Formats: sequence, structure tokens, C-alpha cells
Amino acid sequence: MSAGTDADNALLVALEGPAPAMEIALDLVKRSGWALPVVLFGCAAFWGLDGALSGAYALGIVVVNFLLAAWLLQVTGRISFAAMAGAALFGYVLRLGLIFLAVMLVRDASWVSLVPLGLTLIATHLGLLFWELRYVSGSFAYPGLKPKGRATPSTPSIESAA
Amino acid sequence: MSTLSHIVHTVAQQAGEAAETTGLNADEAKAVAGAGGAGMAYGLAAIGPGIGIGYLVGQAVQAMARQPESAGQVQTTMFLGIAFTEALALIGFVVFILLKFV
Repeated sequence: MSAGTDADNALLVALEGPAPAMEIALDLVKRSGWALPVVLFGCAAFWGLDGALSGAYALGIVVVNFLLAAWLLQVTGRISFAAMAGAALFGYVLRLGLIFLAVMLVRDASWVSLVPLGLTLIATHLGLLFWELRYVSGSFAYPGLKPKGRATPSTPSIESAA
Repeated sequence: MSTLSHIVHTVAQQAGEAAETTGLNADEAKAVAGAGGAGMAYGLAAIGPGIGIGYLVGQAVQAMARQPESAGQVQTTMFLGIAFTEALALIGFVVFILLKFV
């Protein structure tokens, strides 16, 4: 009986401190700024101006999707673990619906080419995630595996901080 | 494999019968069958990631409840896991729009 009560209480605990999901999402947004010229040039080379515009639109969808996912997790994490789990599941359905809507609304527009749009959607989603994963896995076991930088007055090294 | 071919055969037979009853020509019947198939494929493609995300989030919440001090690391892994799993559904969606509209 007490075990059940403990489990219930654990689900009602709220997260405190920084929200790593939002930090990752903002990092992904920064990286998407670097990816934008590549997407524009790549799509323009194969599909012309329409392709470039469609690629940029797809990159926008991917970025908004990441931000929305992180924001939902951040907000509901402050309420409880149970709310966060619900937001992750229903957020998945919600975000898929929004992506569907975002593509369906423009599919007949003159500047939209569906092939570059779809390919950019997949390539940038996975590409940005793998790019971020390289950074996250490098610094995950902080401070043990975090790259050691040179000590500067504003950013002391790990050794000097310790 | 034989079950799959049986399903395909049945669907094709029903599409043919529906085309005869409704007076659709072959191209229209093909378009209708294609739209139905693409929609079904998208729906099936969304089920797998849904199960995956449910399992992932359940385990992550359990880990955070057991060890609140490692909630930051768990949440990072969870967010990346959700995003990677969601890529499967995105691939299904892109295949759907390419089959349906291109």
C-alpha cells in the first residue's frame, strides 16, 4: 500500500533547476543557422528557386518542431513528471498534426516543391540531431569527459575550477 | 508472405469491384487506391514511434523519480531520444506526401 503511495508521489514531483531540453533546442536553432546556407544552396542547385524556398520552409518547420517539443517538456516538467510524460506523448501527436497541417496548407502554393521540402525535412531533422548528439555525448559525463579548454579570466578551466 | 499477397489481392479485387459499381475509370480507381494505401502507410508509420516514445518517456520518468539528482542527464537523453524516434514518423509522413502528391 505504501509502495503505491510512494509511486504516486514520485509522479507528482516537479523538476527543478535548469531545463536541458530547452538548452538543447536553442542549441539546435543556432546550428540550424549554419545549416540554412547549405540547405539553400543545395536545394537551389537541384530544384531552383522553388526548391530553395521549400528547403528553407522545411528547415523552419524542423526548428519550430524542436522548440515546441522542448517548451512543452519544460513547462510540464515544472508541474510534475506525470504531466511531462503526458505532454511528451500527446505533444508527439500534436506536433505531427501541426507538421501535417503546415505542409498541407502550402502544398499547392506556386513556390512549393514537395520533393525538396520532404527531403530537407528528414535530412535537417536527423542532421541537426546527430550534430547536437556529437556535442552532447562529448560533454555528457561532465566533468570527466568534458573537453578541457584553456584557462581564461572569463572561462576558467575545469582543473582551476576544481 | 502469402498473407500479404492475399491482402493485396483482396484489396485490388475490392478496388476493381468498387470501380465497376461507382463507374470510376482505371486511373481514378488507381488514384483512390493509392490515396487509401498512402494514408494507411502513414498511419502505420506513426504507430511505431508512438509506442517507442511511450516506452522511452515511461522509463525516463521512472529513472527521474528514482534518482532526481540525475534528472538533467535523463531529460537530455529523453529529449534526444524523442527527437530521434520522431524522425521515423517524419520519414513516414514524407513518404506519404511523395506517394500521394508527387
